[in-house]
Amino acid sequence: MKTLAPHTKARHFRRQAIDMFMSGLCIAAAGIGLIMLALILWMLFSKGAAGLSLDVFTKPMSSTGTGGGLANAIVGSLIQVGIGSMIGAPLGMMVGVYLSEVGKNSRFASIVRFVNDILLSAPSVLIGLFVYQVAVAPFGSFSGIAGALALALLAMPVVARTTEDILRLVPQAYRDGAIALGSRENEVVRKVILPAAFGGILTGILLAVARIAGETAPLIFTSLGNTNWSTDLTKPMASLPIAIYRYAGSPSADLIQLAWTGALLITVGVLMLNVVSRISLAAMRRG
Amino acid sequence: MSRMETIAPPRPQVSASARVESGSVKVRARAVSVFYGEKQALFDVSLDMPEKSVSALIGPSGCGKSTFLRSINRMNDTIPGCRVTGEIAIDGDNINDKSVDPVLLRAQVGMVFQKPNPFPKSIFDNVAYGVRLHGLAESKRDLDQIVETSLIKAGLWDEVKDRLSASGMSLSGGQQQRLVIARAIAINPEIILMDEPCSALDPIATAKIEELIDELKTNFCIIIVTHSMAQAARVSQQTAFFHLGKLIEFGPTEQVFTNPRDTRTQDYITGRFG
Ligand SMILES: Nc1ncnc2c1ncn2[C@@H]1O[C@H](COP(=O)(O)OP(=O)(O)OP(=O)(O)O)[C@@H](O)[C@H]1O
Ligand SMILES: [Mg+2]
Repeated sequence: MKTLAPHTKARHFRRQAIDMFMSGLCIAAAGIGLIMLALILWMLFSKGAAGLSLDVFTKPMSSTGTGGGLANAIVGSLIQVGIGSMIGAPLGMMVGVYLSEVGKNSRFASIVRFVNDILLSAPSVLIGLFVYQVAVAPFGSFSGIAGALALALLAMPVVARTTEDILRLVPQAYRDGAIALGSRENEVVRKVILPAAFGGILTGILLAVARIAGETAPLIFTSLGNTNWSTDLTKPMASLPIAIYRYAGSPSADLIQLAWTGALLITVGVLMLNVVSRISLAAMRRG
Repeated sequence: MSRMETIAPPRPQVSASARVESGSVKVRARAVSVFYGEKQALFDVSLDMPEKSVSALIGPSGCGKSTFLRSINRMNDTIPGCRVTGEIAIDGDNINDKSVDPVLLRAQVGMVFQKPNPFPKSIFDNVAYGVRLHGLAESKRDLDQIVETSLIKAGLWDEVKDRLSASGMSLSGGQQQRLVIARAIAINPEIILMDEPCSALDPIATAKIEELIDELKTNFCIIIVTHSMAQAARVSQQTAFFHLGKLIEFGPTEQVFTNPRDTRTQDYITGRFG
């Protein structure tokens, strides 16, 4: 190897030092993030696991201040998040497909994209207030369906955004290939583009489900919460985030414990949803 | 020419096939001009391409070869701001007529692109794509049969028959290119357009594709864009030379290469520019 001239050498060391410093910064940042996450999870598991018992899953919330479980909140959350996702995810997907495949850079598409971004960054409490105005106040009653609608409105822009981003990553060559074989526009999208982007879109949907599963603010004005057992969509409905919100601030140690357990349930639920869909996606890929 | 061509194994002699009398006209272009917005990319191109033979389009980069090729299956329609004037007729029927559905036209005019573009689906599903789309198979057996014969015709069957359910993307570049050729011929087009189909391939894969083109011409009208003079000479019966958006010369390949009428053609094929 030939030796470097002195000034090149000095420069070389300086560049090397900067390089190491930058890498150090990135590693430190990643480390801090990871430690925070670990701390949160550790706290969640240590505090939440203590309250796990069969009662949590079988008994509804108590109205007396002690005892009881979370069964109605679990079921209420499943119903509202389920319906919210079932409405919000397909709508969001269609918006994303429109933006990426049909509207592209047209004026209308730019407006839709802009509005979607606003919706995406709107405080969730605002969505709750909006749904209160259109779906609670006119009917004179808080309801599970209003809660589900609020969650759908929160999920939709997330899914729309990720769907558009993912579809734009699909190579133009697939579209050209499909068109050249005599596909119509909708066939290009349904038979080639969407299947190619399925994994990414699923990730977007899971992100949205995870987000709405933990939302409290939009439910306060819509499904309100309910300590009694109810699966009636037209009546106030319990949910885990609201149970946590109500119990965490209560003076009863029992209820505070249940709040932690509820938080753990949401986290584990979202985590499991992720794992299960990853595994099934991988299985599908393998054929 | 590039070193690649000297390594490639010898191809069937041009002179033998070049003298095959050109059959009836398959694609007729009359005063075709193409505009991208205000910019004109193709000027008054007129030529007749016969059926059951290979026509090569050559010329320096940016001279409009791909533009011309894309106007034959109306892929230019999909480019915003692109406008085609003049007449292109297949079997005498104007393909730009209002009554022609470009989607149905493309089912008759297959296209193979520069970079192999199999869909991220299984090998079987890639070939079956167009067959299913256009409802060309009556039963599952029928479909299996079409997929098999298409892969055989594309010279890929022996290499993939044991792994039809593997992803098309798992094949090598040359195999992928033969896969998309199988995909194109599975819907039984009459014309196959190829835009530099070998430019991403090594000499051996190139040789296979050229052999394939030679076989396909017994059934199809093939129009191929190529940057390789040697390839044009090996596979084509007619050669069209484009320069700056104009058709400079069009004739039997042998004549264009040995006795060009235009000095620009002469300069190009002898490597003096382009
Ligand atoms: N989508 C497009 N929009 C605008 N101009 C285009 C477009 N496609 C091609 N052109 C222009 O039209 C002219 C002809 O391009 P074309 O791609 O047909 O050339 P080509 O002969 O195929 O070149 P190459 O050998 O490099 O592939 C060029 O000047 C090019 O810049
Ligand atoms: Mg080109």
